[in-house]
Amino acid sequence: MSRSRDAVALALAAAGLLWFGIGVAPDPVRAQSSVAQPAHSGKRLGIGRAATTEEIAGWDIDIRPDGHGLPPGRGTVRQGEALYLTRCAACHGEFGEGAGRWPLLSGGASTLASHDPVKSVGSYWPYAATLMDYIRRTMPYGDAQSLGNDELYAVTAYVLYLNDVVTDQDFELSDKSFPTIKLGNEANFRDDDRDTAEQAFWNRDPCMRDCAPGAAKIIGRARALDVTPEAGSGPKVE
Amino acid sequence: MSMSSASRSRRAFLRAGLAAGGAGALGSLEVAAARAGNPANQPPNVPDWSRHLGDGVAVRTYGKPSRHEAHVIRRDVEWLTASRESSVSFTPIHELDGIITPNGLCFERHHAGIAEVAREDYRLIVHGLVERPLIFTLDDIKRMPRVNRAYFCECAANSGMEWRGAQLNGCQYTHGMVHCVMYTGVPMKVLLEEAGLRANAKWLLLEGGDAAAMTRSLPVQKVLDDALIAYRMNGEALYAENGYPVRVVLPGWEANMWIKWLRRIEVGDQPWHHREETSKYTDLMANGKARRFTYVMDAKSVITSPSPQAPLNHRSGFTVLSGLAWSGRGHIARVDVSLDGGRNWRTAHIDGPVWDKALTRFYYEFDWDGEELLLQSRAIDETGYVQPSKAELRKVRGVNSIYHNNGIQTWHVLKSGEVENVEVS
Repeated sequence: MSRSRDAVALALAAAGLLWFGIGVAPDPVRAQSSVAQPAHSGKRLGIGRAATTEEIAGWDIDIRPDGHGLPPGRGTVRQGEALYLTRCAACHGEFGEGAGRWPLLSGGASTLASHDPVKSVGSYWPYAATLMDYIRRTMPYGDAQSLGNDELYAVTAYVLYLNDVVTDQDFELSDKSFPTIKLGNEANFRDDDRDTAEQAFWNRDPCMRDCAPGAAKIIGRARALDVTPEAGSGPKVE
Repeated sequence: MSMSSASRSRRAFLRAGLAAGGAGALGSLEVAAARAGNPANQPPNVPDWSRHLGDGVAVRTYGKPSRHEAHVIRRDVEWLTASRESSVSFTPIHELDGIITPNGLCFERHHAGIAEVAREDYRLIVHGLVERPLIFTLDDIKRMPRVNRAYFCECAANSGMEWRGAQLNGCQYTHGMVHCVMYTGVPMKVLLEEAGLRANAKWLLLEGGDAAAMTRSLPVQKVLDDALIAYRMNGEALYAENGYPVRVVLPGWEANMWIKWLRRIEVGDQPWHHREETSKYTDLMANGKARRFTYVMDAKSVITSPSPQAPLNHRSGFTVLSGLAWSGRGHIARVDVSLDGGRNWRTAHIDGPVWDKALTRFYYEFDWDGEELLLQSRAIDETGYVQPSKAELRKVRGVNSIYHNNGIQTWHVLKSGEVENVEVS
């Protein structure tokens, strides 16, 4: 029986006719995969043209913690302060404390294990490169990619200063001095370990009857807690 | 917008959601009257639409849902974020059935608003550790061999507001950062083979063309597995808010990585540790340490009806409970439901396709005795992973992680049929 069904399926597949409702019950899981391998497999298609160095340079703006992608340039904390006050402080606050619900940039030391963790550049971010890359690609918000390289170094230096990562207002951040900058929280990130740390969730035989003593009691209600987001203090969607 | 007007609009949407479902903030008499309709349109009377001509063809050149379904829309929570350009709107999953999300209702998450990319100006650059740096047009990408796959796409912060307790009354808000559409696209490995990965290629940087130039680092193994570069959803060109003309599809992985308006792929030998994979989308544990690269979305489910925005209107009798289940590790093997807050469970039946890393629809039919219910659902995937209770999840993760909250949801059904988001012992 099953062999003959398979034979029908094969014949239909070969004829390109295998679809729901004809001849066989389709395997609902397999139905997402291709019936046959695409004809191209392994061979180059010859589609696309060579990208020029100029084209790549115009869009290649990423910076990595190992210094890959750092543009040539320099700027001091003092220069960055002037720039920050005109282009950044309206949202992020004069001292990086954040305005309204816009992201704060500084503060939060020693709060990560508390009930109210504050994740700032200084308290949480692992790398200075993360900061500079993000400013380069997204900031100032709504006028992205408008900072020159020297401005980028200067404003990055100022945000590091706001977080006490550098303490001298004459400190000059540059592609040369950048590798000396380390943020404090780098060591506190670890790769996803759910497969081992949460092994207990792989329970092929979960309880079906009388799984806890007594009747379930309501211990929390959305209506009671609705005041939290109304007061504007609810957790942000990040 | 001031906080007080935001609060007002927030109350307004909750009211709208409840009214649409037929109960809640409005008086029950008003609701009953609205549900009863207009007797002039009902037997034995003959309604206007049975007498007079309606719109002809091509009046509605691009169709929309019936005007009587105008309440079925994406909604946002204005007070959650500083601006709508970096915010989220939620899929009205309580109003949908089956497993496919209509294109116009797929939740949105933008970091700098919607990029309106012109199709003729679209370019994708592939460079870095490749044999041949290449640039592709949209036509180039559409010439390549293509596949069709339906996958769920879930924001890692879906249910993120619920870590500390029940907060939002409606599965649109608690679970609506998920959608499932049929993508048409090119396997990413086919496109990358054109450029030729070098032997030391280990990571990719994916970059969007929006005003945040959104980036994520992607391990190259995912490219070899099942990553797609998609340009259609449910047969149509991608909608602008979902990344037109080209986005990344990473089956089973958090939606933040599914870069929209894809403009550049750089191949490298290490991760970039950019903002979206360090400052955000890392999971802070109770001890102050954080998990990173938590890509896979754990198995999860939610009862979409009844739910706070979709109350029961029939007082008692035959009742169909309906919900969605999904897993980033494969297909759904089973869904259990409880009517008593997790004391006793019965297995729901699944209807429709059970696809790898796609939404899966389940139902449970029962005779409602009109008494209060504490509804829960529990997804089990093909790897044997069982969706944990919120208490079990908090025991391992604490309450500060924001992301990856897949704990079991409880809905409290009152005798009136109203439904509230609660937590139970």
